[in-house]
Amino acid sequence: MTAVIDASAVRIDGVSRAFGSGPHRVQALDNVSFNVRPGEFVCLLGASGCGKSTLLGILAGIDRPSSGGVDVGGRKVGLMFQDSALLPWLTAGGNIALPMKIRGVPRADRASRVEELLAMVRLAGLADKRPHELSGGMRQRVSLARAFAQDADVLCMDEPFGALDAMTRDLLHDELERIWRETGVTVLFVTHDVREAVRLGDRIVLLSSRPGRVAEIFDVGIDRPRRIDAPEVAALAVTITARLRAEVSRHGR
Amino acid sequence: MAAETTIESDVFRVSRNASTDVALAGLDALDTGQAPRRPLALRIWSATWPKLGAVAIFLLLWQALVWSGWKPSYVLPGPDEALPELGRRVTSADFWSAFARTMQRAFVGYALAVLIGAAVGLAVSRFTLLRSAVGSFITALQTMPSIVWFPLAILLFRLTESAILFVVVLGAAPSVANGVISGIDYVPPLLTRAGHTMGARGLKLYRFVVAPAALPSVVAGLKQGWAFAWRSLMAGELLVIVPGHPSIGSDLENSRQFLEATGVIASMLTIFIIGVLVDAAFNAVDRRMRARRGLLPEQSR
Repeated sequence: MTAVIDASAVRIDGVSRAFGSGPHRVQALDNVSFNVRPGEFVCLLGASGCGKSTLLGILAGIDRPSSGGVDVGGRKVGLMFQDSALLPWLTAGGNIALPMKIRGVPRADRASRVEELLAMVRLAGLADKRPHELSGGMRQRVSLARAFAQDADVLCMDEPFGALDAMTRDLLHDELERIWRETGVTVLFVTHDVREAVRLGDRIVLLSSRPGRVAEIFDVGIDRPRRIDAPEVAALAVTITARLRAEVSRHGR
Repeated sequence: MAAETTIESDVFRVSRNASTDVALAGLDALDTGQAPRRPLALRIWSATWPKLGAVAIFLLLWQALVWSGWKPSYVLPGPDEALPELGRRVTSADFWSAFARTMQRAFVGYALAVLIGAAVGLAVSRFTLLRSAVGSFITALQTMPSIVWFPLAILLFRLTESAILFVVVLGAAPSVANGVISGIDYVPPLLTRAGHTMGARGLKLYRFVVAPAALPSVVAGLKQGWAFAWRSLMAGELLVIVPGHPSIGSDLENSRQFLEATGVIASMLTIFIIGVLVDAAFNAVDRRMRARRGLLPEQSR
């Protein structure tokens, strides 16, 4: 029985979140529920105003739901943004060390862990580079390493590759998939790119907009490693895009 | 048959991962190509010659004014008289004791102003009520010429060190406070959010995120604060001459009273040179900070 109870790494249970009050009240999320299994890669897909970022903020504990609740079973949640959000006055290594410094990890342990994490994102030897000396893709990898430095079991990623060029993004999909397999981390990946969602996700949660609700959940079930230009990926992407368009069209009328 | 397929897909996976690595390494190498730094001597020279040129032009204009015969030389001496006078002064013990007194006043006043300004700035940026109550008064205070405080300062403290200190602190503290306030106001919310995500709350958030993010504006405030402190101090040393306490300002006032034009100009040059040196120190800090954050133009690295 306990196995059944523990089968979720993340439980999102009837989460609603509204901002403002009276006539200016905006319902960002409305009764959103779904679960994520440990080690699962779930993509959250939706157009503008579906409350994706709000949901990640709630999961990361920097925002609270108006009603409903999330349960991560005491797991640590790391959050990554579209912008790398690296601190420009610190080196790459300093940025990765910072969450450990905040937690009070001793200096020697920090240094060895930073080396490990940099090697994981294939940036070994670049600890002393400053963010402005790195490309967008490299900054996102440092940011990923920093999220792991929070000892995250659940990684929330808010359109992390949205601002990158297509080639870099393609390579980072491979990288993220590899790191996800090696670490067994649970991933919630927000995107508005349907193909990216199909390329990466075990499941795709399609959210409707204003208010954000779960419109449909798709099982991807395509063997890994996948290529973003594979026919199976394209086929499923067509189905999901049609569904997403139907959702968006409701707002045009 | 089934086994073969597995092997095939494994081979595919290995070769694909290897190609990912190579491609990624290639992109990284393309992205991090950097122009080599210019040699140190060249950088020093290119920073120095414009300043030397400016000094030369200034001296030339000054000399030209003297040669024009606009004023007699006992009122407006040329560089050929003023510079040797300055040289004589800097080799005398009296000058250095006056210099030491002035710098001591400056540093004590400035340090106090920094402490008070930083405390007020932090408090105002943190408490909305305090901001709406005194926020705009700080800027008003900053724009008040420091010299208007002296009548009150002299009534309160008579002709003492305290009168000078009082005005120096009042002159400099508002600039420091404003630097702190705008620094904190302009911390990018994304960095604060990143800090929260990393578990930084309260004091830790200030220490690791807010303070370093606000630093450029704080340094600008400190620099401006120094300028105000120095102006206030010079005004103070001219007006509040504490008996038996010679200073750079009182030397200047004495020279004027004895109609020693070369002395007046030598004192003014001293004041100017101190200003240049302090500015250079602030600029060095500022450049270092900008270099770290990638805010220096390419060719000046």
